[in-house]
Amino acid sequence: MDKAALATAIGSPGAFGQSQFAFMRGNAFEARVKSDGGAELMRLMGVEGPTAFRVPELTAAGPEGRAARTALALREATAEAAWTLLDHPLLALEVAGSPAYLEPDAVVVHPDGRWTVVEIKSFPMIDAAADAAKVGAAARQAAVYVLALERVAAHTEGAEAAHSVLLVCPKDFSNLPTASAVDIRKQLSVTRRQLARLTRIEDIAAALPEGVVFDPERPAEELTAAVESVSAAYAPDCLAACELAFHCRDRARAQDAVGALGRSLRGELGSLTTTGEVLAAARGTAGDPADPAVAALRRAAALRAEALEAAGCR
Amino acid sequence: MSLIAALARLEAVEAGRARPLATVRHRHLSQRPLVLVPLTTAGEAGAPLGALVGTDPERPRLLTVAQPRDRELRFAFLAELADAVLPYIDAHAADVELVERTETDPGTGKRVKAEAELCADAPQLIVPGRAGIDFVRLLGRSMRFRRTAEQDPEAPYPAPPRVPLLGRWLTHYGERARVPGSALLLAATDLLGGHWASGQSSLEDQHLGALLAWIDPPGGGSGAQAALRAELARDAAGQLLCPPAGPATDPAFDNRLLAPAVESYDRVRAALGAAQEGAEADGWLGQLSLAEREIRRLLLTQLEPTWHAVWRGLELLRELPEGGRAADRWVSDRWSFTSHRDRVLAGEPPQPRRDDAVTAARKLALRERAQAQLEAQEALDDPLVMAGRRLAGEAFVAEVTEVVMAWTESKRPAPRPLITLRTDDSPHLGERVKVYRSLDGRPQSAEFVRREADDVLVLRLLDRMGRSRDPAEGSVPAKGDRIAWTLFEHDQRGGPRLPEPEETPWTHGGPPGTAAEDPDPVTPEDLL
Repeated sequence: MDKAALATAIGSPGAFGQSQFAFMRGNAFEARVKSDGGAELMRLMGVEGPTAFRVPELTAAGPEGRAARTALALREATAEAAWTLLDHPLLALEVAGSPAYLEPDAVVVHPDGRWTVVEIKSFPMIDAAADAAKVGAAARQAAVYVLALERVAAHTEGAEAAHSVLLVCPKDFSNLPTASAVDIRKQLSVTRRQLARLTRIEDIAAALPEGVVFDPERPAEELTAAVESVSAAYAPDCLAACELAFHCRDRARAQDAVGALGRSLRGELGSLTTTGEVLAAARGTAGDPADPAVAALRRAAALRAEALEAAGCR
Repeated sequence: MSLIAALARLEAVEAGRARPLATVRHRHLSQRPLVLVPLTTAGEAGAPLGALVGTDPERPRLLTVAQPRDRELRFAFLAELADAVLPYIDAHAADVELVERTETDPGTGKRVKAEAELCADAPQLIVPGRAGIDFVRLLGRSMRFRRTAEQDPEAPYPAPPRVPLLGRWLTHYGERARVPGSALLLAATDLLGGHWASGQSSLEDQHLGALLAWIDPPGGGSGAQAALRAELARDAAGQLLCPPAGPATDPAFDNRLLAPAVESYDRVRAALGAAQEGAEADGWLGQLSLAEREIRRLLLTQLEPTWHAVWRGLELLRELPEGGRAADRWVSDRWSFTSHRDRVLAGEPPQPRRDDAVTAARKLALRERAQAQLEAQEALDDPLVMAGRRLAGEAFVAEVTEVVMAWTESKRPAPRPLITLRTDDSPHLGERVKVYRSLDGRPQSAEFVRREADDVLVLRLLDRMGRSRDPAEGSVPAKGDRIAWTLFEHDQRGGPRLPEPEETPWTHGGPPGTAAEDPDPVTPEDLL
C-alpha cells in the first residue's frame, strides 16, 4: 500500500521525500565503493587484489527467482570456502505472515563460512566517528538483512550469518570509503522479538469492517473513513517515520489526547488521557483527590500559580 | 519533563498560545549578537550552500555557493564567511580589562595573586536550531586543519588565508556550546523552548517557525493554527511558506527549484569554458552572472524567513529580565573566549582531532559541574523553576514560627540557633540532612533536626553568623520570615585535581604529542 499517496489523498500529506542531491550522492558513493568489480570493497574487508575473490552472477527473473539464485550462490560459495562478494543479493523474510523481499547493498562470504552484510551509507565518518543516530538506523536496517540471511544459513552446512555488519561510509570530507564493523546483536534480538510479536496481516484484515478499501483513487471522505476504521496510537516520534503521521496527529489533537504532546508527558498523568480531564483535575473541578496523580497535579498547579503570581506574570 | 512543565504545555493547548516556563531569562544575551543562518547541501558533509550572517537585523550579508560540489567556490564562500565573522571576533578580542585572580605558581606551587586580561565582552553567535550548532562544529572541523599557501606553499588546493583561523574559532564555539549554561553559541529554538511551553511536543518545538508561532502568533490569532501553517502550508508551486530553519533544505525546494538552477549554471559554465572567441565568452560571462544571481535569489527566499524569525525570537527573549546568575555565567563565557584568544595569539596549533586523556577528563568534569551549577542557579533565580524543585521534594518554602538560641558546647561557644518552620511543601528530609538558603547571595547552611508535626520542621542553623558569641545582625531569620530552602548545594565544588597533560600516565596513553596534526590529505577526486 502506498501510504504517501493515501496521505495526500486524504489531505494530510507527509513531509517526506528525498532531495535529488542526496540521492545522487548516495548512488555515486555506492558506485565508487563497488568500483573495480568490488576490489575496493574487498580491500576494506582485508582482501587484496581483483583475483582474490569471486563475484557470482545473481540475475534471475522475478523476486522468487532472484532470491533462489542468491541462496544457491551463498551455498556454492560456502562449499568452495573462497572469498565471495554478492552484489545486491535478494533475500526473503516472512513479515507478519507474508513474504517480504530485501536487498542489502552487498553480502560477503568468508572462506570460513561466515556471511557478512555490507551496508553502504553516504553520511561521513569524521575522525572515525559517525552520527550515532544514523549509525543506529543503519544497524536496525542491517539487522533485518541478517535475520533473512540466518534463514538461508540454517539450511547450509558450515555457514553462519555474522552478528556484526560492515558499515562503509565516506572518510572525513572526502569521497574515499572507510569501513567499520558494527556489532548488531542488540538490534538483532530487538528485531527478532518485534517480528515475532507482529500481528499477522490476516488478523489485521479480519478486524477491519467489511468493504474497507484504501485505494487512493477513491473519494477523500470514503478514504478518511477507511483510514479511521484502523486504530492508531499516535506519538510525536511517528512524525519521523510514517507518512500518515500528520493525519494521526490531527486526529489525536481533535480528541484532545495528551499523548500528542509526547510519551513521557503521558506517562506522568496516570489514567488521565485528555487535556480537558487533566486541567479539570488540576483546577480541582474534577477527579478524585485520593488518586496520587490528581493530588500531584493539584499541588503542581498551585505551585505554578504561586510562582507566576510572585513574578507578576499573570 | 516535570509535571509543572507538562501542565504548562497542557495549558498552552487549551489557550492556543504558549505559556511561560520561566519568569526570568536564563541566558545572557549580548547587546550585539552575530546571527548565522547556514544552509547545507543535502547528502554532503561540509558542503555549505549559503548563509545569512550579520549583527544588524536589517542588513544581513548573503553568502552563496552556486555549485556546492566545486572546491574553488566553496573556498570562496568560506573566505567570505571568515571576512564576515572574524572582524566581529577581533573587535571583542581587543577590548580587555585587567582583573586579579589567584593562580598556582609553577615554581613554588603556592597560590599567588596575578593580574590577568579578561575581554570586556565576548562575541555571541546565535543559530536557528540545534542542527545549526552541529553544523558550526562540522564547519570548524572541516576548516581548522586546512593549510594556506603561506603556511605550506607546496600543498595543492591551498585554503584562502584566515579560513583555518575561522575553523579554530568555530570549533571553540562548538565545544563551548556543550557546556551546560554557556551562552557563546546558542540555538534560538533551545532559548525559546526553555522559556515558553508550547502546545506541541518538544520534538515539534525543534521547528523554529512553529515554536515561534505558538509564542507570538502573527496578528495575535491562534498559536496552534499559526504553528500548523508554519509547518505544512505550501504555495501553489508546492513550496513551503515557512522554509525549514536549516541547515538542511526542503527536498521539494532542492528538486524543483535549486537543482534546475544549479544545472543551468553548470551548463553556462561549461559553455564558457568551451567558448573560443572573446565576444562569445563575454556573452556567456553575462549568462553566468545571471545564473548565479538566480541561485542567490532562490537561496535568499529560503534563508530570509529564518533570519527574521531568529531576530524576532531574540526580541521576545529580551523582554524577560535577565536572571542574576545568568550574568555570572556569562563571565565564565568571557574567560573561555579570552583563553582561546590567548591560545591563538600564542601560536598554538589547532585543536586536535581527538582530545588527549587529561583534556577529555577536564572537559567532562567541567561539564558535569556546570550542569549541577546550572540546575541550582536556575532554581535560585526563578521561582517558577524553584516550584518544580519544590514539587520534587528538593526544596521547600517555609515560614519561621519560632527561633530558639542555642550554642555549641566548646570553650568558645558558637551560635547554633534552632529554627522552627511551618511549610506546605513535603521535602525529602532525613536526620541531619543539610539544607541551604541564600543569604545576601551566598549560601547559608542548616541541618534538619526533627519534624514536630506533618508541616512543622526544626532546623539548626550552622554557619555564616560571624565569629562572636552572638550571631551577626541579620544572619538569623526572624519570626514571620518566609524563606526558600534547598536540599541541593548552591555552589559546586571543584573535583579532584588532574595532572597536566604532559604528565599523563602511561595507563592513559602517555603525554600527548606536541606537534600540530597533519591537515586532511587532499584527494584528486574529492570534491568536498
